Amino acid sequence: MSAPRADIDRRSLPLLAIDDLSIEFRTRGGIVRALDRVAFELKRGETLALVGESGSGKSVTAHAVMGILPAAAHVAGGTISFGGLSLLQADAKTLDEIRGREIAIIFQNPRAALNPIRAVGKQISDILVRHGNVTAAQAPGRAIEMLAKVRIPDPKRRAASYPFELSGGMCQRVMIAMALACEPALLIADEPTTGVDITTQAVIMDLIAELASAEGMATLLITHDLGLASEYCDRIAVMHAGQVVESAPTSLLLTRPHHPYTAKLIAATPGDAASLDDLASIPGNLPDLRRDDLPACRYSARCERRADICVMPPVPRVALAGGGHVACRRPLGAEA
Amino acid sequence: MTPEPPLVGEPLLAVEGLRKLYPIAAKRTWRDRKLRSYLHAVDGVDFMIGAGETVGLVGESGCGKSTLVRLVTRLIDPSAGTIRFAGGDIGAVPAKEFGRAAQRAQIQMVFQDAADSLNPRFTAFRAIAEPLRRLRGLNGAALRARVEEVAGLTGLPLELLGRFPHQLSGGQQARVGIARAIAVEPRLLILDEPTSALDVSVQVVILQLLQDLKTRLGLSYLFVSHDLNVVRLLCDRILVMYLGHIVESGPADRVFASPSHPYTQALLSAVPSPGNSARQRRIDLPGEPRSPIDPDPSICPLYGRCGRATDECRTSMPALREIAPSRIAACHYAAMEATPPLAAVTV
Repeated sequence: MSAPRADIDRRSLPLLAIDDLSIEFRTRGGIVRALDRVAFELKRGETLALVGESGSGKSVTAHAVMGILPAAAHVAGGTISFGGLSLLQADAKTLDEIRGREIAIIFQNPRAALNPIRAVGKQISDILVRHGNVTAAQAPGRAIEMLAKVRIPDPKRRAASYPFELSGGMCQRVMIAMALACEPALLIADEPTTGVDITTQAVIMDLIAELASAEGMATLLITHDLGLASEYCDRIAVMHAGQVVESAPTSLLLTRPHHPYTAKLIAATPGDAASLDDLASIPGNLPDLRRDDLPACRYSARCERRADICVMPPVPRVALAGGGHVACRRPLGAEA
Repeated sequence: MTPEPPLVGEPLLAVEGLRKLYPIAAKRTWRDRKLRSYLHAVDGVDFMIGAGETVGLVGESGCGKSTLVRLVTRLIDPSAGTIRFAGGDIGAVPAKEFGRAAQRAQIQMVFQDAADSLNPRFTAFRAIAEPLRRLRGLNGAALRARVEEVAGLTGLPLELLGRFPHQLSGGQQARVGIARAIAVEPRLLILDEPTSALDVSVQVVILQLLQDLKTRLGLSYLFVSHDLNVVRLLCDRILVMYLGHIVESGPADRVFASPSHPYTQALLSAVPSPGNSARQRRIDLPGEPRSPIDPDPSICPLYGRCGRATDECRTSMPALREIAPSRIAACHYAAMEATPPLAAVTV
């Protein structure tokens, strides 16, 4: 593929760097401070999971990277750098070149994301013609190749199917085929397996992992399922109320969580627990993000280790010995 | 969790040979208009739920779980088979008349998405009061007292009773859904993915509440879920369904420790969990499930996806048989419990 691509250096390290990103939503009920100084990096070929409960800002982060935030959103500060290019400063034309080609996204509900009145093969062809340096004559053949690549049986016949004729798992595979059609450098998978069966989930996640490693593609997996994240991702970033509270290599995060919220989240996940009594809930609720007097650490009101200093800015970002960092004044294991 | 489910006296619910076939539009010509196809949603299911027992029903979408639940709650009529509940044959009562049957209040349901299953124009109080009015004929002070009592049981603060669903959090909505179901003192509670819409932190609280209510009120649960980790923690016994059939059942902890049906093995191997590298022992089920439309009664439903299949699986449908005490499976080769499936693809 020798078509002029947007000015992106795929080898740049890191591929994606988000720094101090703050996003606000202007609503009738006031300003919702959806993201607060979110920062993380993603290297080429790496898989990072953004884990958190609903309302923690995972999807807002992903949409900010894609440049598809709703009109009410306002970037209050920070930078998103992708392959050396600042996405927040890029003009619409550049973004059009990057989206779909360099950064692709898989949405949560494939049936809603696919065009219901266009055959799936045609939908893949559209992307190939727009971004993939493929002529209109070659596109249908390439689309069938893509369907075969995501292991849709009988791809030739399926290319003529409409989304309603395919099962949820099949639709998700079509979404993956569309996302990967132009060999993007970064794939954002926003809850790709919510609502699909567990065996289908395994097949889809294996497929994403396999294609990602074959193409050297970086993956940002957005999920509320810590189990899924730990199985497929090299690193996990835990979000709470618009803040990244901890980010660390998967095994370190699971075995030695440093942020109290991470520890609570692990304790609430019914993974290997022997009985219900072994699980612990997380007391309290997310703070109202419209409040003017949000504490510096938005978890502090729910935290058992809270000290007076926790509500005072700034929340320090402490580097961890095994890589990663924790945003906490009084991280776990610090006393030892 | 008790290892052996307490089965005392007659089971609360006993289902035998239950089938539900849906006629589907076949290609009909003017000449042979009798040629009809049937979708076998539930295809010969037997199971029991003892008093005070929690039975988990697992299986993928389209396997017939929802149809089975609708049959047991008597919303639809079975095509064949019996449903005995508390000694009476409720399967014989037409679904249209079951609303007035004596057992109507004794089977209650908690729906998947609490937000969607609550009337947005009813306050929490009215949502809980409605079944009490209709099925118990309560009103006035007695009604208020009972609503407040069940709100207390489910940990719903009384000051929230005047609120509408959109003014409640997800966990509070779930509590209203549960309070509404237990208000009329049912004996069997059917829980259809009661926590799937909740965050993990809230899910724990609701599961613990359900566990607590079961022992306090002596309820039996039929717990339908996709989340196998949750099923393992809450259920005494599990039923694994595939393509309208129950393919395996047994005490939850033992089925989870050593699944014997190839489908159960594949299902359990797909469960992701932290600190557990499931990918190394993943058992793949290639292909798609067989069509539920006019299935050949002499082929194992899993044939074509199963790594262990032989010619026998194509010529005779495996029946449910006891493979160990209190464990049954419908597989010709289920007895070879210790050996892993030979041709299974491990990723």
